[in-house]
Amino acid sequence: MEMVVVAPPAPGRLENLKRRFFATPLQALLSLISLAIMAFIVWKLLDWAVFSAVFTTSGGPEACQAAAGACWSVIAARWRIILFGLYPFEEQWRSALACVAVVVMTALSCIPAFWTGRRIALVWGAGTTLYYLLMKGGVLGLLYVGEEAWGGLALTLFIFITTCLIGFPLAICLALLRRSELPWISRTTGIVIDGVRSLPLISILFTFAIVLPFALPQWLVGDKLYRVIFGSALFFSAYQAEIVRGGMQGVPAGQEEAAMALGMSYWQRIGRILLPQAMRNALPATINQFVISFKETSLVVIVGFFEILASGNAAYGTGEWRFAYVEVYAFIAFIYFVFVFSLSRYGAFLERRMAVGER
Amino acid sequence: MVSLLRNQKVRNALLQVLYVGSLAALVLAGIVIARRNLAEQGITSGFDFLYKSTGWDVNFSLLPATANDPYWWFFLIGIINTLFLGSVGLVLATLVGTIVGLARTSSNELAQLLGRTYVDIFRNIPLILQVFFWYAIITHLPTPRAAHEALGMFLTSRGLYVPFPNVGGIAFAAAILAVIAAIALPIWIGRTSRLSQPFGERLGIQLAAAATALTTAAVILALGRLPDLPLLDFPALQGLNLKGGLRIPPEFSALAIAIAIYGGSYIAEIVRGGFKAVGKGQMEAALSLGLSPWRVFTLVRLPLALRAMLPILANQYVWLMKATTMGIAVGFTDFFMIVALTINHSGQTLEAIGILMAGFLAINLSLAAVFNRINKAIALKGNQLRG
Repeated sequence: MEMVVVAPPAPGRLENLKRRFFATPLQALLSLISLAIMAFIVWKLLDWAVFSAVFTTSGGPEACQAAAGACWSVIAARWRIILFGLYPFEEQWRSALACVAVVVMTALSCIPAFWTGRRIALVWGAGTTLYYLLMKGGVLGLLYVGEEAWGGLALTLFIFITTCLIGFPLAICLALLRRSELPWISRTTGIVIDGVRSLPLISILFTFAIVLPFALPQWLVGDKLYRVIFGSALFFSAYQAEIVRGGMQGVPAGQEEAAMALGMSYWQRIGRILLPQAMRNALPATINQFVISFKETSLVVIVGFFEILASGNAAYGTGEWRFAYVEVYAFIAFIYFVFVFSLSRYGAFLERRMAVGER
Repeated sequence: MVSLLRNQKVRNALLQVLYVGSLAALVLAGIVIARRNLAEQGITSGFDFLYKSTGWDVNFSLLPATANDPYWWFFLIGIINTLFLGSVGLVLATLVGTIVGLARTSSNELAQLLGRTYVDIFRNIPLILQVFFWYAIITHLPTPRAAHEALGMFLTSRGLYVPFPNVGGIAFAAAILAVIAAIALPIWIGRTSRLSQPFGERLGIQLAAAATALTTAAVILALGRLPDLPLLDFPALQGLNLKGGLRIPPEFSALAIAIAIYGGSYIAEIVRGGFKAVGKGQMEAALSLGLSPWRVFTLVRLPLALRAMLPILANQYVWLMKATTMGIAVGFTDFFMIVALTINHSGQTLEAIGILMAGFLAINLSLAAVFNRINKAIALKGNQLRG
């Protein structure tokens, strides 16, 4: 006897749709509610942002205010102040170029070929130097522009990269000190790390900007910007140190013992055996920490810096554009979103890639 | 001497003394310099200023406050404001996060997409930007004369006006506790009673408990009622402003909304992770035992997911409490803003910073302690089956 097995006919497109979204009455209800919410939001948003919006500056603020939708003319009129702050108008190309340098530097450090200690240090060193020279000027015939005139997106990026540049090595030092075999060193470092972690970042920025000048000798006070950057780097390093330490705990003890048995010195053990493996373990959490600290640069607005959020407040806060606050905030939110979302997507991609290696 | 340095024990001891000593010296030097600088400005250090009256006012307080009150009273107000905003934000964020997280774990792809879009958008925009945004939206609402009105509530640029019962503060707090008990008691009874108990009998006990608690609340409200006033105080237009009712200031609502939305997107991810951590076999086993889908969810999936979520959730809550310091951006007098104002007005910099650190340490530690207790209480004990 021959058995003929007939496969059930492949479901049609309509059947497929029905199975996916309308399998049970409850599913159907859920689908319909979700669809209704989505349609409503998408329609309202499109209507506001595109169909009834004003894009040109020709009509001036009055024509814009009369429109039912968004008034993007405010961005067309004020984008320079949002991106570059109070930087001299003629020199703003330098500010733009400096921002590009930072973006290129960040993109380069996302490529695995640059993931050795020396190369990453080279990329970041070169990128930051380039940024600093472009912004500050005073060399190669560039006009000198002091830090107090920096602002907008350029200042946000500067605070971010210097926080990472100071914070990252500091974090590795703190992590190594915390896992030291000498009890008093590890305990004291632990108290410092936990103390910083238990405080909100705003209070640390406030302390460094406003309180610290009292507690420092005159010659050490320095510029407020650099004090705030140091405070934010300290905060970053306290969190990052715990991430690095977690990565170190993931390295099997046998690795270090084997290195010791080979007669490697402490620094060789740390630099060639422990840290490379620990950093690999800590990579996803590290990227997450970068994402968080990029968002947290916006807090410096509270101690009175003219970064992108403050310059946005200024862009709509004065004169004829007072009504266009939603558009300005949407624009700034979009800029943050582009940076943060791409970085966090990259982090998720790395996590998946590394999970493949471990399967 | 050189041979002494070669001795590992001596070297280690020396290193530790050097490290701890230099850190301590750094801190001490800072304090000494600060005290000298402050003394030059005529500020005497010490905590005596706590008993002086402040001379300035706070814009939000759950306790009575005037400019004549001493500094310690203002610090207390600040801590209570922080805890109040923190707990309101925490509850709202948990609500938002649970809904979005459930949408993300549901089997419906459209709901998943909706949840994912929400998380992707609101997680990637800084909290302070969202605070500014909502604050701008609320302060640009129409003036009291042209306000939107619904159900006796007014939505104006000066805040949200809602009807409020005319009762004393203590009676109101007690009534709220009674209402919470009315919700919590039936849940507690449901959790502790055995499954073998007849369903109807348990429901009866639960209803009786809820009714008792609600009656208690009503009695407390009636007893604590202020004399010669209607029970509910409705806001009403008087001249250019609204009078009566309870005003929720724009600063508070902007912060609460922003924390709820931003925190909700993080909590949604935690909720999703918690449900993902529950093994498929658990659900399949429960279904094959003949439990209904609802009971599978409440008796198997939810309890197991909660256990996986709780430690991460605790961290998130601590973070949310710290996020209340954004209050200073819009002028909400939370604990940190009180400290900043104190430094501005009295110049008692070191003492105020010390109080700030102690305050946040206390908040963090007590939150951690509470969550450790909960964690221990709900942890799976051994592998015995429980009724």
